[in-house]
Formats: sequence, C-alpha cells, structure tokens
Amino acid sequence: MLSRISSKFAVQMREIEKSFGFQKILNSFNIDVEKGSIHAVLGENGAGKTTLMNILYGICKADSGKIFLNGKLVNIKNSRIAIKNKIGMVHQHFMLIENFTVLENIILGNEITKKFGILDIKKARYQILEISNKYKLNVDLDAKIENISVGMQQRVEILKSLYRGADILILDEPTAVLTPNETIDLISTAKEFASENKTVVIITHKLNEIKSSSDVCTIIKAGKNIDTLNIRSTSQEELATKMVGRTFALAVEKNRTKAEFGETVLKIKNLNVENKKGILAVKNLSFKIRAGEILGLAGVDGNGQKELVEAIICGIKSKSGSIEICGKQIQNTSVQNVIKNGVSIVHEDRKKLGLILDFTVAENSIFSTYNLKLFSNKGILNMKAIHSFAEKLIENYNIKPQKCSEYLTKNLSGGNQQKIIIAREIASNPKLLIVVQPTRGLDISAALYVEKILMKERNKGKAILLVSFELDEIIKLSDTITVIYNGSIIKAFTQNNFSKNEIGVLMAGGGRTENYSKDA
Amino acid sequence: MNSFLSIISITLMYSAPLIFSALGGVISERSGVINIGIEGMMVTGAFWATFTCCFTNNPWLGFLIGGISGSLLALFHAIASVFLKADQTISGVALNLIGPGLAFFFCGLLFDGKTATNPITNKLPKIFGNNNFISEFMGVLNVDITVVIALILTFVIWFFLYKTKWGLRVRAIGEHPVAADALGINVLKLRALCVIVSGFLAGLGGSSVTLTISSQFNQTSISGQGFIALAALIFGKWTPFGAYFACLFFGFSQALAINFGGYNFISPTLLSCLPYFFTLLALMFVGKSVSPKSNGIPYKKA
Amino acid sequence: MVELKIIVKTLKKPFPSLMFSILLGFSVSILILALTGYSPFEVIKSLLNGVFSKPKYISNVIIKSTPIILTGISVALAFKAGLFNIGAEGQFIAGSIASVAAGILFDLPAFFQILVVLFFGALFGALFGCLVGFLKSKFGIHEVISGIMLNWISLHICNFFVSLEMFHKPNSNNSFAIRETGYTDLKKSFSFLKNSSFSDILKTDINIGFFFAVILAILVAFLLNKTKNGYEIRAIGFNSKAAKFAGINIEKNIISVMLICGGISGLAASLTITGVSPHCVSILSGFENNGFNGLPVSLIAYNSPIGCIFSGLFFGILIYAGKSMQSELSTPSEIINIMIGIIVFFVSVAGIFPYLLEGIFKRRKKNE
Repeated sequence: MLSRISSKFAVQMREIEKSFGFQKILNSFNIDVEKGSIHAVLGENGAGKTTLMNILYGICKADSGKIFLNGKLVNIKNSRIAIKNKIGMVHQHFMLIENFTVLENIILGNEITKKFGILDIKKARYQILEISNKYKLNVDLDAKIENISVGMQQRVEILKSLYRGADILILDEPTAVLTPNETIDLISTAKEFASENKTVVIITHKLNEIKSSSDVCTIIKAGKNIDTLNIRSTSQEELATKMVGRTFALAVEKNRTKAEFGETVLKIKNLNVENKKGILAVKNLSFKIRAGEILGLAGVDGNGQKELVEAIICGIKSKSGSIEICGKQIQNTSVQNVIKNGVSIVHEDRKKLGLILDFTVAENSIFSTYNLKLFSNKGILNMKAIHSFAEKLIENYNIKPQKCSEYLTKNLSGGNQQKIIIAREIASNPKLLIVVQPTRGLDISAALYVEKILMKERNKGKAILLVSFELDEIIKLSDTITVIYNGSIIKAFTQNNFSKNEIGVLMAGGGRTENYSKDA
Repeated sequence: MNSFLSIISITLMYSAPLIFSALGGVISERSGVINIGIEGMMVTGAFWATFTCCFTNNPWLGFLIGGISGSLLALFHAIASVFLKADQTISGVALNLIGPGLAFFFCGLLFDGKTATNPITNKLPKIFGNNNFISEFMGVLNVDITVVIALILTFVIWFFLYKTKWGLRVRAIGEHPVAADALGINVLKLRALCVIVSGFLAGLGGSSVTLTISSQFNQTSISGQGFIALAALIFGKWTPFGAYFACLFFGFSQALAINFGGYNFISPTLLSCLPYFFTLLALMFVGKSVSPKSNGIPYKKA
Repeated sequence: MVELKIIVKTLKKPFPSLMFSILLGFSVSILILALTGYSPFEVIKSLLNGVFSKPKYISNVIIKSTPIILTGISVALAFKAGLFNIGAEGQFIAGSIASVAAGILFDLPAFFQILVVLFFGALFGALFGCLVGFLKSKFGIHEVISGIMLNWISLHICNFFVSLEMFHKPNSNNSFAIRETGYTDLKKSFSFLKNSSFSDILKTDINIGFFFAVILAILVAFLLNKTKNGYEIRAIGFNSKAAKFAGINIEKNIISVMLICGGISGLAASLTITGVSPHCVSILSGFENNGFNGLPVSLIAYNSPIGCIFSGLFFGILIYAGKSMQSELSTPSEIINIMIGIIVFFVSVAGIFPYLLEGIFKRRKKNE
C-alpha cells in the first residue's frame, strides 16, 4: 500500500520510530498525505498521533526514519526548519501568549522589521488583514489573547500558520473546544485551504467529524499505521472497529431504570460570581441537583463553568445568591467547610489542582480526607492507616503499577493519576460529586471505566455535577442537561427530551436567555 | 532650597548603581530566569572595575571591565540554570558566594593581603566636568555621568523590550517558552544571552559604586545593593521604567534619611531603617505584582 | 560499559551525587589555590590539621556550626513550604538583640534566667519571621523582598540598640554582656576532663547549643513527616493551588511556618549569646552571615532538617579550617566561601550529571 516517493504527496513519512524511555510510541510508522487533500489521522488517546505530528513539526526528534516533503527528503531538526518548509501546526493546547496581543502572537518569530530589528507593526497588520479577509478568519488584532474567546484563539493559531505561508496545516484535535457552528466554519476554512492545492492534516479521536471534513483517514493504533481509508466508502462503525481493534458498542449503556431522584442535594439560586478580572462570569444562575441524578453542564469552555465550580467549593468568593448543600448554606465559607458538608470534586486540571505530584500515592490518597480521625489523630498522622487505605484503593480501582502506595505520583501514567483522584473522592463518600472533564486525556478503556464508575455512583444515590466541553460525553451520561452560555443557564432538558442540534445552537449563544430559576 | 537640591542629588547618586542592576534583573527575569546572583555580580564588577582603574588610571576601561566581569560570572548562572536546568535560586545563591569570594580572594592577592584596593585617582566624570568654579546650584546638580547613563539605558531597554523583534522574543520566552520554541525561537540560547547581559548590567552597577561614589573597593562597597535592586525590580513590576522609579524611590528615602539625620530629632541610626521601611510600606499599597509566567522554570525540550 | 551504567544509577541517588559535588567543589577550589601559587598538598594538610589535630579544634567546629545548623533548619523548613527564608539573617539579629536585652534586664536564678533569655530570643526571631509570613499572605509581598528589607531594618535596630546608654558598654563597640546567670556554657559539667588529654576543650566556649540543634532538627523532621501540619506545609510547598482546593488554609500555614522558622533563627541567636563569649551584641557594619549561611547549609542538605546537622558541621569545618589556613599559609580565607559556593553550584546542577554521562554512553554505543 506504500506509494513511491513523489512530488504528488505533500508529506511522506517512512519507518518513523520513537520511544520515550522504554515506551515505544511510534513503531516503524509510514504515512502518505496527498497534496490538496484533507487527511484525518484517527486514533485513541495515547496511540501516538500527536507525537507523530510533533515529529513532523520538529518539536521532537524521531529516533529513526525519514520524512519527505513534496518528494524531497528533509531533516526536520526543529520547528524553524518545519516552518521554512511551509508546515504550520495548530496545537491542541494553544500555544498562545496570554498577555500578548493577537498581532504580537502572530508575528512572533517571523517579525517584519525596519532597520536594527525595530518592529514594523503597520506592515505586519496590513499583511495579516489580507490573509484573514481571504480565509474569513475574523480576529481583533489588538485584543489580548486572555480576553478573547477560545474560538477566536484558534483562528489566531491558524492565522499564525498562514502568515508564515504554510502549505501544510496540521490541526491537532481542533474541534475539542468549538461549538458546533464554529466547527462548521473551521471545516469550511480547511476546505477553502485545500482547494488551493494545499494540504490539511487533522488529528482527532472523534469519529463523527471525520465524515464531514476529511477525504482520507489514516488509523493509528499503538504507534502503528493500521490502515488508510477513503472516507467516502467507509462506514463510521468500520472506522471505530479499526481504531480500537475490537468491536464495541459506541453508546455506553446508561442502564436507566425509571429515573427516581431523591432529595435535592445541591441548590443554587441567583448566583453571581466575578472572575479574576472582576467581570461577572456567572450571572444570576440557578439550578438544583437531586440525589441519584447526573446533571450535565453543557457549554463551550470559558462560559463561566470554572467560576461556577470554584464558587461552589468556595475556592473563590461569590458576589450574591445562595448555594445550599442539603439545605445548608455553604456559600462563601471555606473549602474545608464545603468538604465537610459532603462535596467532592474531580478537577479538570488534575496535575495542577487535584494532586501533589511530588507526594507518594498514599499521601495523595488522603488529600481531601486527611482531617479524618482515622488518618490524623491530635495532629499526628496515622501512617499505617493511610498506607492500608491507599493499598485498598489501588486494589479496588486497579491502579497500576500494583502496590504503588509508596511511589511518587508523578511516576504514574495520566490514567492512573486520574483513577487516584476519582477513587479518593468517591471513597470520601460525598453527597455531591463534581466532575470536570473526567475523561480528558484518557484512552478509551480508561475513559469507559471512569464513566462506569460515575454511573455506579449515580445509581447509589449520589448527586453528580458533570461539567464537560464535549457534548457527546454530556449526552452519554447525563439525566438532565443544562446549557450554560456567557455565565447563564440558557435552557434545561430532561431525560432524552432534547436534540443535539438544539443544544449545539444554544451552546453557541443562539438561544434566548430564558430564566431557568422558575424550575428550581 | 539647598536641602531640597541635596536630596535630589543624593537620590540620584544612590539610585544610579541600583538602576543598572535592576535593569539587568528585568532582562533576565523577563526571559524567565530568576537572578538572585545580582549581588555577587555587582561585587565582582565593583572589584574588577576598581582593579582595572587602579592600574590603568582609566575609569571608562574599568567601567567596561566591571561589566564584562559581571557577565562572566553570569555565564556560570546561564550554564547552570539554562542549559543544565539547575534550580535558579540555588545557582544564584552559589554565585553570591563565588563572586564575592573570588573578588576578595584576588583583592588579597593583588593588593598585598589587604581587604581593600588602593583608592583610584581618576573617577568617572560628572556631567558638567569636575571644575569647581560653577555655581553652588549647578554644583549640586552636577551629578555623576552614571546617573545619565542609567536613564538612557532605561530608555534603551524599554525600547528594546517593546519595540524590537528581539525584545518581543525575550518577553515571549519568559511567558511561554514552549510556544516560542514551536515558532522556531531558540529559547535556551536567548535565555542564556539575557542572563549574560543581566550580569553585564549588574557589573556596571557594581562598578558605578566604586568608580563614582566610594573610589575604593572594600568589604562594604557593595553590601546588599544587589538585593535592593532585586526588590526594585519586583516593586517595578518587571518593567524597565517601573524598576527605574522603584530605584529612585529607594534612593529618595535614603536621601530623606540622610537629610533628617542632620536635624537630630531622631537617632540617625534609627533613620537608616527608613528606606527599607518605606519600601515595605510602598509594597503594601502597590499590592501583588505578577511575574512573567515562566519565570524561574527551567525550559526542557520534550 | 556495565560500570558506567552503575555509575549513572548511583549518581541518580542523592547522597552519592552530593558527595560527587563536594569532591568537585574541593577539586576546583584547590585548583584555584594551586594556580595562584599555593601547594595543594600544603593546603590539604593545613586544612586537616586545623580541624582534627586537637580536640579543642573539633570543639570549636561544633560551636561554630551550632548557629548555622539552626538557621539552616529554619531555611529548610521554609523551603518545604515553598518559601525562601533569606530573612533568617534578620531573624537572627532580632533574636540576638532580644536575648541581650533580656539577659541584662532580668535578674533571675540561673535556670530561669536562661529560659527567659532563650524565650525572648526565640520570640523576637519569631516576630520577624511572622511579619514576613504576614506580609506575604495579606499583601502578597514576596518573602525575599520583605526578608531583605527586614534584614537591614534589624541591622540598624541592632546598631541603635548598642548605642543606647542603658546597654552600651563605654569605650567599645559592644553592648554590655548578659548576666552570668544566663550563660549556658558547659565548662563546669565537663570539668572532669581537666586532667585528661581532652582538657583543652575546656578552653573553648563549649555549650548546650549543639544539643538544642540536634533536638530541634529531630522535632522539625517529625513535624514535617509525621504530623498533619507538616502534611499541609509540604502540600503547600509542592503545589499551593492544589493545597488550596483541598481545603488547606494557606495564609494561616504560611504565617505559622514563618513564625516557627523565625523562632528557630532567633533561638540560634540566643544560644550563641548565652553560650559563646563575649555574650553581647556589637555595632554591625555589615552582616555576619549567621543567617545567610543557613541557605547553603540547607541547600547542601537537600532541605532535610536532619541533614542540616551534618551539612552545618561540614560548613563549620570549612569555616574553621579556612581560618587556620589563613594563619598558617596566609591563604585568603575567602577561598572557603568560594569552595562552598562551588559546592552549592554543583549541588544545583547535580541532577544533570547522570544524564550527561548517559548521553556520552549512548553516543559511544552509536559509534560502535
């Protein structure tokens, strides 16, 4: 199936090998990307797709292997060479400098200057505007990155590549943070780009988007090229089977018996919260969650979810309104008090917020419960109890490596780190469990495991607040779906009583603001 | 009127060396490398400048050598903290031991076991020259040339950071080195350069103490100015003019303390606390300042 | 090749890599001395002689080490909470002033007098430390800045204190000494050595300080590793944001940690005042580095409180040996600071050694 090296192909990679430590990420990987096509690279988390593209873009070096661009062998030692060869990359986590302006971000590293390296802002502005008009990439050049939406940030990233004259554009999980409408815009930009005999490579693990966007799809699994398929003649199920290597049901069993919700656990009324800059990020927001209910908060990142969650756990102060746990006011008390009242949280950014990576697994396993008498009596830690507690969690949740309670947490894989947090938070037997992006960065089997646990806890009668930027995840798990936009809840849907399209439109701000509080 | 003028003149005199060093700190920390070793670089600069001036009688050459010696010491900081990913604070502490250690060691060797150099005969000039027949008014304002150089340098570094492509890059690697690297900027090289430049500036700062104020290098020539410069840099929110005014503020409170000392209503020793006390007080009102995001974090390529 | 692998593995462990750094530090400093005309052999000889040839010397090393072990522990504890206690110097000076004042103003029976002097030393050190913590948690002022400012403020207060008529010893740069009831020297307890070969120890200011230092090191280690507060402190030091979201009160912890750190530095001072002659404070033209030296002591010990005992002793040996080298060979005593600096420098980059070696190892393998 390998084609000959030819200038017909924008990119051809041959026998690429890459290991990190003992782990082999890419195993004699081959790929051909035709000019003028939109080529999807599909694979699970951890399959090696991002590493592959990082090699193409010179961010990391392959241990061995060759890369041909337009039929010519090139040695891409660093990003500078990749840029020179007209490769551009939009990373999954944007590489933007928050307190720089859009313009500064775009020109950085490729500045237009007058004499003595003095910046020529005027000329740069003119050039960028020309490109952004051509591809309808609308941005505000003088705004600071920290003040613009995620969608616009992505457009800045694309502009960065186009400004450097990219002919090959790599998009790493581009739709993860977009609303459905923004996704459509992105795909049309990509198509416009490809129509000029330029090339787009999209890395994704989302099956359904490939159909609408791409021409060709390469499936990568455990660092190997499993197959390259023509999208038009392949079904979604076929793609899924190839990606995972076994057939599995795409939909998770919700095993919903009739919804029987218990008492109200969390009740939020007319909540207002300001963000760091003092702008109202949560506006007059109300909702409630009952025992045995998963409430999914759907919305694009940056619409007040972070502030809402932090206000609930009293990480930041709320301005007005009320937050009650089982009838008890908790708002603007302390994190300690919120935990005492039975609230647990699994943070989105587990490495930064959920774990102390330099602690042992045992020490992390009591991170939210170390105040219990079992673990610390009169201020002295009970090492024995902590250790045996950790070992129990490790066994119950199948955390690897086995018996790792004395390991430093940073030496565990991301999936196992996530398991520690979830195990710990569930073990604290909360009334309300808040989970933010619980499966982000996990491979499919780990993600399934996490989802199963959430279902199990729901069935045990826990109230769960699920915050996720992936609509599919919300739809899959939630009993009730509420849509948050610009700090307000736009609409709430009960069980199965919704359409994905409608939610998508609402997430993008396409709905009237309807006060949901009358329902609460 | 007279005391007013003398306050101005003392303010400028005290602040000039601090400004050089604080600007060095701005460059280094804006690129993402904490430089606690400024003190050591100042001592190093002060000694080698004085040494050069003693033997060549050329203060300008001394000034230059002072800067170069500071940058040589900074080179070690660059190697350790940029290329070898050392903890920047620890490596800075090491330099604060090594720099002065070497300076006093060679001072002893080169000046017959004394703990001080010989006094220099030829200082850096004042702006209106060293003639005595100008009026008293002008005499007070006849400040050291370093005062003017410090102001010019502040402007130059401001211009460099905000108006040139290299400045844009320096600010970028201090905020988000990964992003800068992805755009083809050599983060490590640029950071190392910034650290070396910061050493040069700190060296100039040290030299300007001995070449204008004390005219001799000894154990107390530089005693803590490097740390004050560090404070000024944070006080000035990591910007060149912020640092400049923070140093002026410090010099001003020093001048006030000296001026009040003449009136004898408070013990002069107690008045010496004033600059430090004022700085703390000012910081309480200025509030939290945000450092460059990647300041202090070694950059490791994947 | 196998040997190289073993070396690489060994160098990844803290203790061997520390020893390697110390060895490198020694070698470089001796090289500097050799280049400037001192015989390396003589240098090493006088270094060893100066420390180990007489019991008196060893006793002096321990006496010299005591304050820096304690300030080292103070710095180490702060480090565990993610704070850089550069203010240990000022806390030490504050402790000295308070101890001298208490030792002069109070007049109690010996045991109580000592207790009161130690208490006031620790209290004022703690107040200065606490102020740093307070300014950090309430006003966001970086502890390095406030620490440096308070160092200078305490230096000038010390000079003011000495100049007060009530405390100033006429015709000197010193304050009066504290009352003798406040002395903590152990010359009497060790008088049984009078006729032994160790009798020259009695000529030194042998005192209780070192025992205090050891006990405090153990206490601080226990606090950090076995208690709830220690758990909170370490969590804050590693990741304060995560600690905050786990319900740990960061402000309170920072203030209380700095309080303890300051107290330890202050105690270091009062143990020096009560234990070592001239039992007084003097006018300071610059810092005496009792606090600043705590920084390298702690760093060389990888911020372990127990480790500070050994690195403090090591540091004490170097300082003392430096003095004997100066008198014997007229080597500038600064060589010791250079040596310590180089050791700290290598400690800071020690993490890279095994990887450098590994790199060479790999390249060679490729070439084969």
